[in-house]
Amino acid sequence: MHNMSSPGASTTSLSKPLSPWRRATNVGFIVLASVAAVLVLAPLVAIFGYLLYKGIGSINVAFLTATPKPVGESGGGMANAIVGSMMILGLGSLIGVPFGIGAGIYMAEFGRGKLVTLVRFTADVLNGVPSIVVGIAAYAMVVLPQQHFSAVAGGVALGIMMVPTIARTSEDMLLMVPNTIREAALGLGIPQWRATLQVTLRTASKGVITGCMLAFARVAGETAPLLFTAFGNQFWNLNPNQPTAALPIQIYSYAISPFDEWHKQAWAGALILIVLIVVAVSAVRFVTSRGTMANNA
Amino acid sequence: MSTPANSDLPQLLRIETHVGAASTAVPRAELPAVPRIELHSSRISKWLDWLFRNILLLCSLSVLGVMGIFFYELTSRSKLSIAKFGLHFFTGQTWDPVSGDFGALPFIYGTLLSSLVALVLAVPLAVGVAVFITELCPRALRGITSFTVELLAAIPSVIYGLWGIFVLVPILRLYVQPWLAHYGAWTGLFSGPAYGIGMLAAGIILAIMIVPIIASITREVLVAVPQSQREAVLALGATRWEMVRMAVLRNARAGIMGGIILGLGRAIGETMAVTMLIGNRPEIAKSLFAPGYTMASVIANEFSEATDDLYLSALVEIGLALLIVTVIVNAIARLLVWSITRGNSARSNA
Repeated sequence: MHNMSSPGASTTSLSKPLSPWRRATNVGFIVLASVAAVLVLAPLVAIFGYLLYKGIGSINVAFLTATPKPVGESGGGMANAIVGSMMILGLGSLIGVPFGIGAGIYMAEFGRGKLVTLVRFTADVLNGVPSIVVGIAAYAMVVLPQQHFSAVAGGVALGIMMVPTIARTSEDMLLMVPNTIREAALGLGIPQWRATLQVTLRTASKGVITGCMLAFARVAGETAPLLFTAFGNQFWNLNPNQPTAALPIQIYSYAISPFDEWHKQAWAGALILIVLIVVAVSAVRFVTSRGTMANNA
Repeated sequence: MSTPANSDLPQLLRIETHVGAASTAVPRAELPAVPRIELHSSRISKWLDWLFRNILLLCSLSVLGVMGIFFYELTSRSKLSIAKFGLHFFTGQTWDPVSGDFGALPFIYGTLLSSLVALVLAVPLAVGVAVFITELCPRALRGITSFTVELLAAIPSVIYGLWGIFVLVPILRLYVQPWLAHYGAWTGLFSGPAYGIGMLAAGIILAIMIVPIIASITREVLVAVPQSQREAVLALGATRWEMVRMAVLRNARAGIMGGIILGLGRAIGETMAVTMLIGNRPEIAKSLFAPGYTMASVIANEFSEATDDLYLSALVEIGLALLIVTVIVNAIARLLVWSITRGNSARSNA
């Protein structure tokens, strides 16, 4: 207790000013970290600014309804590419979503043992395999046997790329469901498959949908795996077994062309593409941030 | 269960023998009907459970299957080139489709150099922004900052390339490269004509693209450092920087390293933006101003034009090399990240 007799002295010794060196490093650290944040965000602002600035002027009704015109003629649009992209993405989702969610459920609900660890690890590694390599594999699996490019081949490539992302996010989300809910369902005498599908998966549905949308947004802009699977097409094509135009391929080939008219179209296409993706990502963010299992940022 | 009356016994016994469960003393007729139905339905539901479980097992095995197919397809389709060139494929410097002579060294060099430039630029920024978000950022700004970084990861490669061609390259050519040539010529890295397009442009665009990957993993790892560690160091009178250095970064080292290697993996395999900016010339030059070529770009550019089998086979072999390298790089990165977050939420693209 006698220590309390001189509180003034101890306070002063505690609040002794920092040495100049410590103060300087601390201030330097705060400044550098803030500068890093600004430098990272700057390109984002620049890219979106340019997309809006260049893209809005080139988007018109023709762009959304017409097919590409030959070099020299002005006008024309990317309607076939937009529809083609939707078709390829739809085919991809048909493959990616069921397999991804299935694998995610297996890892979360039966997730013990070496096999599941191996699957989890492989999914993470698969996530990092370059998309161009996935393109080669899809080419070898679908295009070579068929002897022609097709939307299906593109869909296979994108679907394969969706599986690991969906599997891992679904697993994460299912693991967040409290065990008491599983036990309550099983305690009512419901068979396991119904308990998993109708109770556990349903509880985690929001998060699982998030995972699917993120995977969708990620592959929506993929170009490399489509170059020699869907290949691209200057005309309308709704047959999934034929070469099909895709928005990213169209942007790529227009961007590296030497024609101003095509550059404009590339910007417009890029704006459409990014709007699709940002809407998907923001919708996900909005839905999850209101839910109980929000990703705490 | 009540004992049945004597007069009913023979009949009951008859039923019992008919059913074939003579050992039980309890007469069968008195059992309620429900358990029998339950018994019946549980056989179906057991079968359904078995089916359900195995369908799911099949789904997760498909992940392993896909990896297997990748290796099988790429190995079998590159046999021709492997047999003809052997290890010389990776040391040869000529790439001549006409005479059928293929060496991949210029592409390997381009991939390594552009990734290295990207890492040098991206690592300090990514770690800085992750530290900013977790340790410094006011709570109100935290959500929006990390959302913006996520958005950066969602921009497609081809749009980075488009922006690079029309915005980044002119800026580099007109302002950055003359400045670098003036002040950095002594390093030998900044010599030659300033085209704008070239190794430097590719490295910068790659850096912008991998910052979100490194930053989001680093952030995840930093969040995993227990709060008590920070409080303990602060309580000893440390400044903010000392706290970050001693309590946060030191504990998160392995995970941050994992994030960096993951970013490297992405840079190695990145295709479209690099193809649009690197100049696509198979040369080995020391200067960052010179055009180059990467493994992924050569596949993207030449795969659908490859006419003869050997040419295609050589391109597939480059793809195989890319696959092997990225699998190794990602495996190392994942193990490092898992060691910190214990495999819980090592999501890469969220």
